[in-house]
Amino acid sequence: MEFKFDMEKNKDKVEAFREFLGEKKETKGPLMPALQQAQESFGYLPMEVLEIISKTLAIPMAEIYGVATFYSQFSFIPKGENKISVCLGTACYVKGAQSILEEIESQLGIKSGHTTPDQRFSIASARCIGDCSIAPVIIVNEDVYAKIKKSQVKEILNKYK
Amino acid sequence: MMTKERMDNIKETLKPKIVEKLLREDKVEFRGEDVVLKGEYFKKQVRIALKNCDIIDPTSIEEYIAFDGYYALHKALFEKKPVDIVEEIKSSLLRGRGGAGFPTGRKWDEAYKYPSDKKYFICNADEGDPGAFMDRSILEKDPHSVLEGMALGGYAIGSDQGYIYVRAEYPMAVKRLEIAIKQAREYGLLGDNIFGTGFNFDIELRLGSGAFVCGEGTALMESIEGRRGMPRPKLHRTAHKGLWGKPTIINNVETLANVPIIINKGYEWFRGIGTEESPGTKVFALVGKVENAGLVEVPMGMTLREIIFDIGGGAQDGKKYKAVQTGGPSGGCIPADLIDTPVDFESLGKIWSIMGSGGMVVMDENTCMVDIAKFFLDFSVEESCGKCVPCREGTKRMHEILDRITNGEGVEGDIERLEELSETVSSTSLCGLGQTAPNPVITTLKYYRHEYEAHIHNKSCPAKSCKPLIKYFIEDTCIGCTRCAKACPVGCISGNVKELHVIDQTKCIKCGACYDVCPVKPIKAVSII
Repeated sequence: MEFKFDMEKNKDKVEAFREFLGEKKETKGPLMPALQQAQESFGYLPMEVLEIISKTLAIPMAEIYGVATFYSQFSFIPKGENKISVCLGTACYVKGAQSILEEIESQLGIKSGHTTPDQRFSIASARCIGDCSIAPVIIVNEDVYAKIKKSQVKEILNKYK
Repeated sequence: MMTKERMDNIKETLKPKIVEKLLREDKVEFRGEDVVLKGEYFKKQVRIALKNCDIIDPTSIEEYIAFDGYYALHKALFEKKPVDIVEEIKSSLLRGRGGAGFPTGRKWDEAYKYPSDKKYFICNADEGDPGAFMDRSILEKDPHSVLEGMALGGYAIGSDQGYIYVRAEYPMAVKRLEIAIKQAREYGLLGDNIFGTGFNFDIELRLGSGAFVCGEGTALMESIEGRRGMPRPKLHRTAHKGLWGKPTIINNVETLANVPIIINKGYEWFRGIGTEESPGTKVFALVGKVENAGLVEVPMGMTLREIIFDIGGGAQDGKKYKAVQTGGPSGGCIPADLIDTPVDFESLGKIWSIMGSGGMVVMDENTCMVDIAKFFLDFSVEESCGKCVPCREGTKRMHEILDRITNGEGVEGDIERLEELSETVSSTSLCGLGQTAPNPVITTLKYYRHEYEAHIHNKSCPAKSCKPLIKYFIEDTCIGCTRCAKACPVGCISGNVKELHVIDQTKCIKCGACYDVCPVKPIKAVSII
């Protein structure tokens, strides 16, 4: 997937992020909050933003890269406009979450962890999200769908198309 | 500034209103003086950590105060010395609810006695076990109980800075905690000079970013410090050298929610609940193939049967109950014939499982135990941080073997290889994740060895769950309704109306759609062999 971070278009966001960094600089252990904020603001971790973090907090890029690759919530590629997470916790798993995930993958033609070429959808499998009593569960953006059946997948996806 | 008078005032005016409203809605009833949730599901439960959940509004600090909130903190600051608090918790025998069951008071004592210019108090809210959501409920529905527990702990050990490390997968919990912390500061119950006593304690929220291993204490501290969340070798006690090299206490959410009420009611009261060695209650997330899924809080020592059948209503859809999995990826599967085991730290340990953080996943006859072991190993492989070799490589090799077995490619000697690897990984890994990762394999091998053997020797899956090992067949009882043929996504079912249908085995993808739609009763015409 080809993409480029548009510094000009994201000017305001970058400015706000610099301000956030300025505040965090004084607290102890600022790297995680900085990366979390960047992921939240930009939807992923653009290299340009990581360089800003590196310079402001005086942490080498290599170290930042090491931390960013360790945690599964950080991504180096943009997520889709609609983010689908399929819970694969134990309760969902024993109730057939794997086949739900496969159905979504085949409907969208991408594998879990990837983004569709038009950047409309991305799929991720989630660790237990704690909604075990209504398993199996999928989340699209912030909408939670409980007790999902395979036959409902198409209808749900259509809502976001 | 908050005062006792103000709190009494809030309690007197607000509590009757809340109770009246809840009674009118028929949601609660009185049990002695306590207001408890009403209904069959709650009858056998004893709610301590969850006592306010679904009763008070979690976004209102005043409602928490109305139900005796922050009274324990007031009592501690005015009537007790830090050492008294440590002694009280020690005498209560409260044990860590995060899973390991280490005595909380002993931990606090270590940090209390260790002199330092700075100490930290951390709440571990990185609840990661799949199938467990006890902490999430407490954080979302009664966040102040955790804040008060932390403030009490901070006072006891001499710390003025707390951190709550919450996993990012719980956005609502984060939101509720932010509100609670802000309110507590406004009411002078966090921050400087609490109750005008000169005691300072503040709390900062730190978010996880999706790494299960960060629930491990030393990995959690690494993460707060801004590094990869990899466990440290245990050269020092965390209570002596923890976060930024300073004495640090890390307690689980549910543990902390128990603290205020122990200070309020005294350790004797607490010891009166539960068993001698494991006093108090435990919250369980009863999930999986059980009729009434949800959170249950029961006294320690209650049997699995009472929890799963009397409260949970047994296996779903009239299926046969097969096993219950406790303790998440670190725990084990407990077979049906051990259903009368009491649930406490010691008893579960004796049957090779663990209490863990409280996940209880019920499994029925259609759950394949080899597949479940593979599921948990898959989890451990993904979440292993990679620092130590036994965990990084060992879990991967174990997963490969299990994958082979469930694909019908198991070979002679696989079981023995699994046993050998389990032994190595559990005895030589650096942290709890690796040390307990083989547990699901060890327990399923112990109790369901015949299922492994059936997969390997007969290439069959007794639970009829492993796709490569099963076949769908249409029996003579077929009424020719054509529903299965219409439902089949690959169109491999042929047959005329009112005639016997046939599945083309070479094309079948074993999705089970035909089985699901077959209307023949009482036994479906589609069978799985």
